[in-house]
Amino acid sequence: MIALYTLMEGVIAFFLIAGSIFALIGSLGLARMKDFYMRLHGPSKISTLGVGCVLLASIAYFSLLASGPSLQELLITIFLFITAPVSAHLLSKSALHQKLAYDSRTRGNPEELQDDDDERTLEEASQGSSKLP
Amino acid sequence: MLDFALKISVALFAVAVVLNLYRVAVGPSLPDRILALDTMYVNSIALIVLFGIWLGHRTYFEAALLIAMLGFVSTVAVCKYLLRGDIIE
Amino acid sequence: MIRPRKWLPMPLLSVLLLIVWLLLMNGVAFGHWLLGSFLAIVIPLITKPFWEAQPRIKKPWLMLRYFCRVLLDIVVANLEASKVILDPRGRARPAFIEYPLELQENFAITMLASTITLTPGTVSAHLRMDGKTLLIHALDVGDIDDMKRHIHERYERTLKEIFEC
Repeated sequence: MIALYTLMEGVIAFFLIAGSIFALIGSLGLARMKDFYMRLHGPSKISTLGVGCVLLASIAYFSLLASGPSLQELLITIFLFITAPVSAHLLSKSALHQKLAYDSRTRGNPEELQDDDDERTLEEASQGSSKLP
Repeated sequence: MLDFALKISVALFAVAVVLNLYRVAVGPSLPDRILALDTMYVNSIALIVLFGIWLGHRTYFEAALLIAMLGFVSTVAVCKYLLRGDIIE
Repeated sequence: MIRPRKWLPMPLLSVLLLIVWLLLMNGVAFGHWLLGSFLAIVIPLITKPFWEAQPRIKKPWLMLRYFCRVLLDIVVANLEASKVILDPRGRARPAFIEYPLELQENFAITMLASTITLTPGTVSAHLRMDGKTLLIHALDVGDIDDMKRHIHERYERTLKEIFEC
């Protein structure tokens, strides 16, 4: 019984540390990446997983404490994993709408980000118009 | 062991929140700031859950759930406002 | 599967509501079941006018396997993204990818977009108005066509099979 308790404590501690390291890396990505679209990656993926890990640790801890399954925190986990992509999508949509600048190394030139001026080459312009319905 | 892990975890999350605050203050554009606030509420959920583990009590579960919901809804609302200039059309 | 009835327009939503209620109450006492079932029947009836047409899940088992695969991929993708973020010289190779969609149903497209955001170093950025192109931003990608093929084979094909559209 004591061995099981120690083992579970180790598992909980592992999840706590792993989760907080993930969340820290996610926030670090938010702080040090160069353009908005790259910053979006850290919080939307890594922070969500980090908090998910902490919630898993919480489930394990309270199940151990009450000596029975206690799955309340699962609700928050599922909610976060469903909503994180949605808010990331909306954020990038609003960034595209405001035509935020992107890093010069980025490949690909989406028409959403192109200016309406005639900076585009003729070829690009004809390609752009062919995509219109 | 758990006590020690809990302390380290809280410290790391606190650093994460400080990094988010930095982005809120510096962030060159509005979406940057919204993204930073969004991350901040996700981190604060984790901090509340950690506090619950610390106390060994689940009173704070509802608070975490409420923050998750309100944070998501407010992020969506502000994004919608930036996109359309209106929230409910 | 339970067939939709007049008093039970969306069986899947009802079951989901019941499960959420039981999780929220954190118990399986008779009273929780009773109140949960009541809510599971009443809420869909009240909110019915706001719902779009429900997607039909043809193969629930495939769906379960898809979820397991995505869960595994989330962990792998996170390790990769962490590597890129922690790289001191910042050698990320970002790119915008225009991904041609084959899926047509709204719900399936939503699931694909969410999967893309959560998994392999990519964030779905924009769905064009015609609903045929998904704009994806990738953090670190070598070959763009390779990435497109990967997404198609690993996720879109399975989703297409699940919803059969």
